[in-house]
Amino acid sequence: MAFGPFLLLALMEGLVTSAVLALAAAGLSLVFGVMRVVNVAHGAFFMLGAVLAWAVATFVPGPPAVAFIAALAIAPLAVAALAAAADGLILKRLDYDPEATIVATIGLLYMIEQAALSLYGPNANPVQAPFEWRIQLPWFGYSGYKLFVVLAAALVLLALWAFMTRTKAGLIMRATQVDRTTARAFGINVDRVYMGTFALGAGLAALAGVLIVPISQAHYLMGGDPLLLSFIVVIIGGLGSLRGTLIAALVIGLSDGVISMFFTPTLAKILATLLVAMVLVFRPQGLFGAKA
Amino acid sequence: MAPLIETRGLTLYFGGLKAVDGVDFSLNPGEIHALIGPNGAGKTTFVSLLSGRRLPQSGTIRLAEEDITHLPAHARVRKGIAYTFQITSIFPRLSVFDNVALAVQSHGARDLAAKTRAALTRVGLQGLEEQEAQTLAYGHQRLLELAMGLALNPRLLILDEPTQGLAASEIEGFKALVASLVPQTTVLLIEHNMEVVMDLATRITVLNFGQILATGTPAEIRANPAVQEAYLGA
Amino acid sequence: MKVWLLHLVLIAALFAAQFLLSPYHATNLARIMVLAVFAMGYNLAFGYTGLLSLGHALLFAAGMYAAGLSAQILGLTAGPALILGILGGGLLAAAVGLLALRTAGVSFMIVTLMFAQAGYLTILYFGATTGGDEGFTLPAASRSIAGFDLSTDTPRFLAALALFGAGLLASLAIVRSPFGRTMVAIRENEERSRMLGYNPFAIKLAALVISGLYVGAAGAAYALLFGYAGASFATIQYSILPMLYVLLGGAGTTLGPFLGAALMFALIEAASGLTSAYLFFVGAALVALVLFAPKGILGTIRERWVKWLP
Repeated sequence: MAFGPFLLLALMEGLVTSAVLALAAAGLSLVFGVMRVVNVAHGAFFMLGAVLAWAVATFVPGPPAVAFIAALAIAPLAVAALAAAADGLILKRLDYDPEATIVATIGLLYMIEQAALSLYGPNANPVQAPFEWRIQLPWFGYSGYKLFVVLAAALVLLALWAFMTRTKAGLIMRATQVDRTTARAFGINVDRVYMGTFALGAGLAALAGVLIVPISQAHYLMGGDPLLLSFIVVIIGGLGSLRGTLIAALVIGLSDGVISMFFTPTLAKILATLLVAMVLVFRPQGLFGAKA
Repeated sequence: MAPLIETRGLTLYFGGLKAVDGVDFSLNPGEIHALIGPNGAGKTTFVSLLSGRRLPQSGTIRLAEEDITHLPAHARVRKGIAYTFQITSIFPRLSVFDNVALAVQSHGARDLAAKTRAALTRVGLQGLEEQEAQTLAYGHQRLLELAMGLALNPRLLILDEPTQGLAASEIEGFKALVASLVPQTTVLLIEHNMEVVMDLATRITVLNFGQILATGTPAEIRANPAVQEAYLGA
Repeated sequence: MKVWLLHLVLIAALFAAQFLLSPYHATNLARIMVLAVFAMGYNLAFGYTGLLSLGHALLFAAGMYAAGLSAQILGLTAGPALILGILGGGLLAAAVGLLALRTAGVSFMIVTLMFAQAGYLTILYFGATTGGDEGFTLPAASRSIAGFDLSTDTPRFLAALALFGAGLLASLAIVRSPFGRTMVAIRENEERSRMLGYNPFAIKLAALVISGLYVGAAGAAYALLFGYAGASFATIQYSILPMLYVLLGGAGTTLGPFLGAALMFALIEAASGLTSAYLFFVGAALVALVLFAPKGILGTIRERWVKWLP
């Protein structure tokens, strides 16, 4: 294959990574933005989404498309419910202290991963894509499902944006983000906003997990990389900025696709993690965030 | 006599707000100098510039002829500028002894216990050494804050609204204590209680909108029409 | 005085324990003591200075590989290899600190986490030398100190005890010194400390380097006493473990790290008899600790009953 088509393929793969990453990172960014909580269990929610999608697909009879649609609805809701419970039982009692919540979500991560290992097992299992359709380009064929993932992620993010900017609930969330004491004084039930935000963030991660499963299989340790990459995206994009998160997801996803096509992935990851650390040290507002 | 502290054209704006606007100010060694002015006049910002908690946009600060404009706060403390906080800032979970010992040992750990007890005795907190600082009554916490400032053995002690929240009886004791500090130590006092200011101060500087409105003895300040209009006469 | 006595009694009791325990349990106790040194180092940074690092696995691995690779490649024996390990931990702590200490709080946690992750990936990247995930076994000849073979039970136990005892007494001396008081002051009120003439950055850096020396020593000792070095010791799990030990035993107490390491080790040992899901207990313990006992066991005991506990 010539260099041009090779690069095109790398970019298309990168776009799929970007789309899934943008979903997961938007959830992380939302939770950090509104609640000032760094959710280390975010990758575990992603993994749960994928594993639940497998479970639904296995137990729901009928054609793959039906099972997949069921998974798309059930898995994010179940994970969101779990997250809401974790918020009420743990995070709220810690009064959302930033450092204590990190320790607690690390504990949550361990519990979820171990539970997945015990109940689901150590194997990676595939889920059949809802449709088999290949786009035949002049140089190579490409999975239509992957393009569907990109489209679906774009739609969800658009809906999220509309929700945050156009609805009353979104306004309340943004008000809480700016100042939780004042929000409370204006009669906003901050506890409920936080629980909703944490559930929404986890639901977005789970949705990303469901979408990725037909491409990369469900495995109990699959949450590690998305967690790390989401961190990278959120930090590069500017902590708590949704727009910065999207731009960063695109940049990181595309460059990840291209770099891992041409370089060893380990070296790319080393450079990426060091870059993130340096951004936090020298440009804490992020590369795309406004100067504080 | 050369001034202990001298500022020239000291300026700090917050956006469009001129918090400190071209202030030329000097402190004579051994005086008690009060800094007064309406709320928002820039008093606390001005002493933050002196103590190094903020850096000025322009202008210079000299301590005994030495330029300290760009020195970080902790280095200025070591050169003898001590600052006590407007809002009591102690180590709440450490013992009273440890609070003051931290001030003593920052300039050498010799005779640590004796020097610490001496500073506590000076403000009248002897006997409370082992108590946790956050369990002290509010007035005692203010005194602890003062003891920490004294234990630094400063050339200049900046007191930011030290009598705020104290009972009348406590204020009397406080006045006697501050009066006993000079002339070994120079005192710069931000204070709203005019009685305290008039009783203690050798000189007074009035700040308004970040600029110096007047400087003089208590009698001169009381007689100054501009000051009366801006501040006292209200 | 009674404080020093208490610590000496613990060391003496541990010395006596080797005659009472089976070789299997004695080896476990040696492992606990080395892990306790790791936790003591973490405690000096987190418990006393308030630096919540998520990257101490990097320093542990630095000690482990500095000792392990110098034994493997240069053929050093345990003594010099241990010294290299200690230096490795301290130097890396200084390098990380110079950058990471420009941040605080949550950013500090993430920056240290990222550095540790980069370190872990670096070990994998140089897999030809480090053995990557597989790791490598230390040459038998290197595992000796002053003629004693550290791969045998009694010398191994005594070497672990010597390191632990020295580390414990040194940490007691540090936290009771004026410098120890300064570390706590930074934790309690950084701005006030600055206005008492302390440079917070310099003090935090010093505390982190001391922490790195401890953790490097623990990593080196782990490799030399148990004969193995591997990339798994550089993973995030090994940054979380010392935090867990310290939280359980009591952050900011000198004996907390040992107590936490011993209890957690025993808990995992007991749990792994029942189920292989030991990570679940680690997770549950973390959540329970931050929720119900943020001061840990000794922290609570000190608050309620024994005020003089260091």
